[in-house]
Amino acid sequence: MYAQMIKSTGEGVKSLEDMEPQERAFQERINAGGKIEPKDWMPDGYRKNLIRQIGQHAHSEIVGQLPEGNWITRAPTLERKAILLAKVQDEAGHGLYLYCAAETLGVSRDQLTRDLLSGKMKYSSIFNYPTLTWADMGAVGWLVDGAAIMNQVPLQRTSYGPYARAMVRICKEESFHQRQGFDIMMKMAKGTDAQKKMAQDALNRFWGPALMMFGPSDENSVHSAQSMAWKIKMNSNDELRQKFVDECVPQAQYLGLTVPDPELKWNEERGHYDFTQPDWDEFFDVLMGNGPCNTERLEARNKAWDDGAWVRDGLMAHAAKKRAAKLAAE
Amino acid sequence: MSTPEAKPYPGTQAVEHDKARADEWPLFEVFIRGQHGLSHRHVGSLHAPDAEMAIKNARDVYTRRNEGVSIWVVQASDIAASSPEEKGSLYEPSNDKVYRHPTFFDIPDEVGAM
Ligand SMILES: [Fe+2]
Ligand SMILES: [Fe+2]
Ligand SMILES: [Fe+2]
Repeated sequence: MYAQMIKSTGEGVKSLEDMEPQERAFQERINAGGKIEPKDWMPDGYRKNLIRQIGQHAHSEIVGQLPEGNWITRAPTLERKAILLAKVQDEAGHGLYLYCAAETLGVSRDQLTRDLLSGKMKYSSIFNYPTLTWADMGAVGWLVDGAAIMNQVPLQRTSYGPYARAMVRICKEESFHQRQGFDIMMKMAKGTDAQKKMAQDALNRFWGPALMMFGPSDENSVHSAQSMAWKIKMNSNDELRQKFVDECVPQAQYLGLTVPDPELKWNEERGHYDFTQPDWDEFFDVLMGNGPCNTERLEARNKAWDDGAWVRDGLMAHAAKKRAAKLAAE
Repeated sequence: MSTPEAKPYPGTQAVEHDKARADEWPLFEVFIRGQHGLSHRHVGSLHAPDAEMAIKNARDVYTRRNEGVSIWVVQASDIAASSPEEKGSLYEPSNDKVYRHPTFFDIPDEVGAM
């Protein structure tokens, strides 16, 4: 998802009997559906995991602005431009909500930013793919935001209060994102032959990377088992991916587009679509930094940070000067 | 969604959450009053060089869809908060004062609604 491959303590889930009283009380509170708040006691692993997960999620929102920002100046109409601008602005907001949630765990936003810029922290693999045509804006909204929603809706019930509250805000805004994407796809798919071809091409390129967003199968992962026990992960990766496929296939059919998977077919027995796994070698390669746009994305973020330094410093200096003047007047 | 309650996390360069580092804008908590006459409600936090900019940023971050008609910002370091350890001593005294709730009193049916 927006946070992929988060590793936990790696020790496996402890049973309640094996826990010290403090940790047992913590786990029982989570089991009962209670929320953990910043000042409450929490295991070190819970805190570390959450910082990584929320940080990675925040970075994904921020870097995720780049592939769509690419088309703001080239949107086909003024209305589409305004809509895309509003969508991208929302993503900046999502990043900020999440950085604030991470900050309650005792890490600073600047530290998280530095870890993103140095490549120490990751963001979702999906944003390392290029957006080549206007139809990609449709595919991104429909599939990428669609996949994000799958994951974010259950996270509204996550055990960490500030994270859950950030998710509630984010989810309120996401369905606009998915709908505006689908709306673009509808226009393109029902347009001229060239437009329809463009829409199909966008679906072809984004289908696999969208399936990868959920991460590799984690049925046997101790990390996922721990995260699920802590309720900072609510569903298995395969479960969400299946849900996503089941939802998208009829939508693609409505558009008159073909999902690029010859093995895709309805399985009456399971009540789900059977589908082909995406190319996991490609996924790991992109995570390692070798995707088509990894370098470009990180360069763009570093440039923005560096170019903005004088603004940050200038505003600080201005605030200090105003404070001093106010003191002098008193 | 930040809160003045957070602790510093060892092993990061973070300073105490509510203290700004020299190169980082301070943290402000944001409170917004919605449309329908309710009180200001905590909606989250943000970083800004000063209160004036914090209000401008809060407008962009927290009210993109008419969520509010009034914004308060306060620097996180200026908020005093109770701690979870005090939960008992702070809130338990009210547990044995059940007569503070109207349901404590049985009013006969023939009296009618009260
Ligand atoms: Fe988002
Ligand atoms: Fe913050
Ligand atoms: Fe979105």
